[in-house]
Amino acid sequence: MQSGNTKYIWELLNTVPDPEIPVISVVELGVIREVKFENDSLTISITPTYSGCPAVKTFMDDIKTCLTANHINNFELKIVYSPAWTTEWMTDATKEKLRKYGIAPPSNIVICPQCKSENTTLISEFGSTACKSLFKCDECLEPFEFFKCI
Amino acid sequence: MSNLFTYTLRIADSSLILGQRMSEWCSNGPTLEEDIAMSNISLDMFGQANGFYQYAAQLDGTKSADELAFRRNEREFFNHQLVEQENGNFGTTMVRNFLHDVFNFLFYTELSKSKDETLSALASKSLKEVKYHLRHSSNWLIRLGDGTGESNTKVQDALEELWMYTCELFEMDNLDTELLNNGIAVDNSALKLEWDIMVNKTLVKAKLTRPEDAYMATGGKKGLHTEYLGYILSEMQFLQRAYPDAKW
Repeated sequence: MQSGNTKYIWELLNTVPDPEIPVISVVELGVIREVKFENDSLTISITPTYSGCPAVKTFMDDIKTCLTANHINNFELKIVYSPAWTTEWMTDATKEKLRKYGIAPPSNIVICPQCKSENTTLISEFGSTACKSLFKCDECLEPFEFFKCI
Repeated sequence: MSNLFTYTLRIADSSLILGQRMSEWCSNGPTLEEDIAMSNISLDMFGQANGFYQYAAQLDGTKSADELAFRRNEREFFNHQLVEQENGNFGTTMVRNFLHDVFNFLFYTELSKSKDETLSALASKSLKEVKYHLRHSSNWLIRLGDGTGESNTKVQDALEELWMYTCELFEMDNLDTELLNNGIAVDNSALKLEWDIMVNKTLVKAKLTRPEDAYMATGGKKGLHTEYLGYILSEMQFLQRAYPDAKW
């Protein structure tokens, strides 16, 4: 491995999927805050989405597996809390991936991912994972999950 | 033990014990959505507790976060007595959480301005989640208080029962004052006014009556607890006590 090639590391990390929403990568999720080489050692700074999100442990393990599979052994994964993770870091392309997967992306207006109606109602502020809440569409009547703005 | 260590531990303990209480609702919620909501809140509280325990462990240098959570006895826990109170019925849980969520919201807002960078970062992170928790418990309080005669009676009774544990939230001891003077700790006593305003506003909406201040319990900061904490710890710590250092 060429020391200092952070672009390559970012590309590798972009192949690690979010364990709960596998259509987006951990990079697209916005949890990778920094990739840095110091001498020959690599440090990757990671911020948790929600404090208690069980996916964090899983994707930390997945990142380790991905790096070692690519013969990178000298690295450290560092948890950072500041600045706190926000859905504002998500790009429009990532949001589109979520929508196609059936999850309404974070936005001020909750739009049904199926029929694109804005006529939707909150069922519960909490969903199947910490990052999502539960809605129903009053147009096509389908229930759907909404990626909470945080 | 440094003051900063103890201060951090106190915050972690309240999050852990409330998280443990909320986890008791898992599979027992009144509806599927609420079961999921309370389990999610529980996870948030454990996550927040973990952040503060990790920091405390780093400050202490001899004990790990797990050891702090699972190998201390009742008298070594510094959580607010309010959070160890029994879940009771769903309304009781919502009242207890509401009273604590309002405090947490104000507390983390102030702690996010702490001169201690780690406490400030953990507080900013926790605050985002606490806002959700507060909205959840406030909405339920209003719905139950302004619901049927029975639901109103149940939450009013819970409010009367739990009121005596609210004064403790705003206590300051020498340790707090010392850290406050260094720009690290929050002045809890200064949060009372805003807490009163926020609580009163929701109680009015919920058609509930604010209880009179009478006997007020105290002692959490000194490791003095109600009868419930021991039972919580015996269940929560069982595995690490029976099989020390067991890994998942």
